Amino acid sequence: MNIKSLSDAQLVRNYISGEESALSILINRHQQRLYGFIFSKVYDRDATEDIFQDTFIKVIRTLKKGKYNEQGKFLPWVMRIAHNLIIDYFRKNNRMPKFKNNGDFDIFSVLSDGSSNAEHKIIHGQITNHVRLLLEQLPQDQKDVIKMRLYQDMSFKEISDNTGVSINTALGRMRYGLINLRKMIDKHKINLIND
Amino acid sequence: MEKLYTEQPSNSEQLKPREETVNFLLNYSKALKIIPIGSLNFETFIN
Repeated sequence: MNIKSLSDAQLVRNYISGEESALSILINRHQQRLYGFIFSKVYDRDATEDIFQDTFIKVIRTLKKGKYNEQGKFLPWVMRIAHNLIIDYFRKNNRMPKFKNNGDFDIFSVLSDGSSNAEHKIIHGQITNHVRLLLEQLPQDQKDVIKMRLYQDMSFKEISDNTGVSINTALGRMRYGLINLRKMIDKHKINLIND
Repeated sequence: MEKLYTEQPSNSEQLKPREETVNFLLNYSKALKIIPIGSLNFETFIN
């Protein structure tokens, strides 16, 4: 009979009676399920590897000591051992001293990598697009002044020369353009804050 | 916000323990001997 087709219970009996190859089959048969189970709880490859190893060390010692209770099934028993070790892992991590902000001083206010993360970049891009769309709703003369000032970085003197109006008129159009933009943002309750 | 579905998750990597871990367990099992003396069990490692 092919040893690989033996049931878990039979393999356990063979292992207890000294057949080391039975353990190899048991590990191979259940490694993926057990490993996946542990990883789904701890989400850390190294910790999963450690817990997987400790689980089977416990299994080996219990079997060799003859303390295995045949009543239960092998895999649920192994899973229970792993489950207890996962709980131990989280307990141990909780006991580890961790830096916590106590309100007086926030270390992250001085420690920063300076670059924005992917989420902030996406939000920033969306806000930029929204502002451009809002700008299109403004009257043409106000829209032109804001575009020249903010997007083309032109001075009011240059804007005045370009549009053929006085500097004061250009300033006025800029001011009313910004006021109208704010009104539209308030009216439609648009959130343009990226925090 | 819309979810991005442009990146396909990789299915090629299966969750399995490292080969070294499995080999360690098999070697550990081979080396471990339990010697019962009275009501006590003594563990010894044979290299």
